[in-house]
Amino acid sequence: MPLPRLIPCLDVAGGRVVKGVRFRQLRDVGDPVELGAAYSDGGADELVFLDISATITSRVAAAGVAARVAEHVTIPFTFGGGIRSVADATTLLEAGADKISINSAALARPELIEELARALGSQAVVVAIDTEGGRVRSHAATRDAARDTVAWAQECEQRGAGELLVTSIDRDGMQDGYDLDQLAALRDAVSLPVIASGGAGNARHVAEALEVSQAALLASILHEDPARLVSLRTELKELGVCLR
Amino acid sequence: MKTVAIARYGAGNVRSVELAMRRLGAEMTDDLERADLAVLPGVGSARSAMDGLGPAADVLRARQAAGRPILGICLGLQLALDESEEDGGVAGLGIVPGRAVRLQAERVPRIGWARVEPGGEAYWFAHSYEAVTDATVATSEGHAAIVEHGSFVGVQFHPEKSGIAGQRFLEQCLSRG
Repeated sequence: MPLPRLIPCLDVAGGRVVKGVRFRQLRDVGDPVELGAAYSDGGADELVFLDISATITSRVAAAGVAARVAEHVTIPFTFGGGIRSVADATTLLEAGADKISINSAALARPELIEELARALGSQAVVVAIDTEGGRVRSHAATRDAARDTVAWAQECEQRGAGELLVTSIDRDGMQDGYDLDQLAALRDAVSLPVIASGGAGNARHVAEALEVSQAALLASILHEDPARLVSLRTELKELGVCLR
Repeated sequence: MKTVAIARYGAGNVRSVELAMRRLGAEMTDDLERADLAVLPGVGSARSAMDGLGPAADVLRARQAAGRPILGICLGLQLALDESEEDGGVAGLGIVPGRAVRLQAERVPRIGWARVEPGGEAYWFAHSYEAVTDATVATSEGHAAIVEHGSFVGVQFHPEKSGIAGQRFLEQCLSRG
């Protein structure tokens, strides 16, 4: 298996990095390129940019952000938020993104996963799943998607997804540990790489997540501070996690 | 200054490769025949890539016959082989003996940083197929990572997305060009 990955996540809106707890109370915390480059220098294995506004004007800004990130950052990055078609995804990949991430659009029309996998290759298609109590949430986790999380993960794999980004909504921003039971159930149910998200408060939490998943998404724990990524990497190595 | 041409086939990580080459001071050209280094990038599926290559396929074969440097990246490495079992079987460029087969690994696609031996340097991989060829000169967890045959060098990883290690690798490729 490739080495476990640490993936800082930057929420963006209108071309800026923003921060909120449980998708609410947004505030501006910086420039996506500057923060992305600093995380890259701090030892990030990949980056994820999630456009959480996903309006039409924001879509244009998103492509611009992807293009600027590609110019200054030499590690892989994923772009998600508001992608509804192969054309949307292609624009982001052509700008220099390595993967795109889809969430509600896949729930609304699961065939989109197949279309994207055919056009871009599975390795570029991440399906983000927001989960709470074993059930999928949609529309920025505001609605019940009427699907079982494990069953949906398996369907995503069958349709050609290349990776799953699984966020435990009830843990997100709470910093009291990942939902390890849910992650272990997914590890056993699919053979895709799984990126664990939601709940990291300390190095021990991240180490636990990396035992059941291939990567850990890091949001609140970093406080938009690249120096925290450096210290976290040191702590993880002391815990015996084999990082790059 | 070295010139670099990227074979375009409508898909792939063209911009990332271009940016990486520019960072190293290379001059980009559309002249696939005469550039110091031709790059066959790769992201996407084998069949659409071969269809999209069109006349560039013959230019690449001629370059290989003339001993002029070519760098194949990821799918670009797999396309250089005789055939790929992707998409129900696709004929490749046939400039490197071997074939691309479905990856046998614990998790597929195989995504992430992995060490390449000899050397032990980690590079970033993202693939569902792998090259099986006697031209393999370096491996990663048992999978072909670097392939060399005549003037062709192919890598399964993405040097353009592998940070400083990747940049050093591309620098070496440019210096042969």
